[in-house]
Amino acid sequence: MQRNTCVSILRSAALAFLGLALVGFAGRASAGENPAALQITIDNFSFAPATLTVPAGTEVTWVNHDDIPHTVVSEDKATFKSRALDTDEKFSFTFAKPGTYTYFCSIHPKMTAKVVVQ
Amino acid sequence: MASPKDEILYDHNHDGIDRRGFLRCMAWAGTGALCVLDGGVLTSYALDRGGEKGVKIPKGELAFVQISDSHMGFDKPANPDVVATFQAAIDKINALPVAPEFILHTGDVSHLAKAAQFDNVEQILKSARTQEVFYVPGEHDLVGDDGQQFRERYGKGTQGAGWYSFEKKGVHFVGLVNVANLKAGGLGSLGAEQLEWLEKDVKHLKSSTPVVVFAHIPLWAVYPEWGWGTDDSAQALGYLKRFGSVMVLNGHIHQTMQKVEGNVTFHTACSTAFPQPKPGAAPSPGPMKVPAEQLRSLLGVTEVHYKKGQHALAITDSSLG
Repeated sequence: MQRNTCVSILRSAALAFLGLALVGFAGRASAGENPAALQITIDNFSFAPATLTVPAGTEVTWVNHDDIPHTVVSEDKATFKSRALDTDEKFSFTFAKPGTYTYFCSIHPKMTAKVVVQ
Repeated sequence: MASPKDEILYDHNHDGIDRRGFLRCMAWAGTGALCVLDGGVLTSYALDRGGEKGVKIPKGELAFVQISDSHMGFDKPANPDVVATFQAAIDKINALPVAPEFILHTGDVSHLAKAAQFDNVEQILKSARTQEVFYVPGEHDLVGDDGQQFRERYGKGTQGAGWYSFEKKGVHFVGLVNVANLKAGGLGSLGAEQLEWLEKDVKHLKSSTPVVVFAHIPLWAVYPEWGWGTDDSAQALGYLKRFGSVMVLNGHIHQTMQKVEGNVTFHTACSTAFPQPKPGAAPSPGPMKVPAEQLRSLLGVTEVHYKKGQHALAITDSSLG
């Protein structure tokens, strides 16, 4: 019983480490203590990074640095949908389930990017 | 030997107009030139040299004005005062030697579809010499509520997302909505329902009827990389092919651009709020920051005249400067 718990803790730690490593590679960010690490910025009508990989349960925040409002809307227009974000306004969404989430700006639909949740 | 620049590309009205010359002229209209194509004769004037004084603008049978992209609520560089520049556009309309029959607003009336922003535009428009204004929404007018407020204010009697048509002195006007239900990665879109409506709407018209189509995003591929085009515009234009004179008026790109293709003249209007860069000339289509003294020369109004019996419609772009 005690041994099983131990194994389970080790497994969780290993998974968490793997998750962190993936975030580090894909999003050039370190998760955990620093919330800014899981931020996607909007500059010059583009989302950066264009692909962000995070472990399930991560809260991702978008911030608009353009002089023009943008929105953050999932491709299916249902999973998540921000209001119009004016300059320096933010929107956050917590990705509970693994999957690839393509999203876009509904005002400028040429702007697309994705979040990969593992 | 004649320079290739002098050749007439396509003279659909048999009026001897040098279309390429016309396009060249239109390329600098946004920086303060006035171009008049009236009944087939092209004249251009430099506004910023005071050239507009004493110029006789032909009356024709129908004159109307297009304004666009007032972006009420925008307060960033290069224009922290879009109220003043919108008022300047209305003053310009009021100062025209010929009273326009009505005003077309080709969208982005507001910056963020807020009630106060729409109210502000309506308040300023009260000072216009014509009180008849026709609107189509821009994508900014649809944020937050998919255009519900916009349609409540301006869309009475319209179909679907707000499209409609009307007649004025023998000219058929069609207002289209290509900013609703946009898809990830796509351009402007009309959608199957609207296209079906358009086909029926123009079916009963004689081919000699002049048609004016207005919508926010250009109905031709200006610069798809920046989303400056409409995915299914070719189908819409297909329904208009048989007409002798079609004019397509758009906004969205905050600069004047013109193209002639067969019997169709495409025209985009300046914004009354802020200029945007030429296609590909900047990293993004964000607002172009220009010195304050230059701003008004890059904003403007468009005036259109129609003379019965002559198929060509005359377009005059004038800057606010």
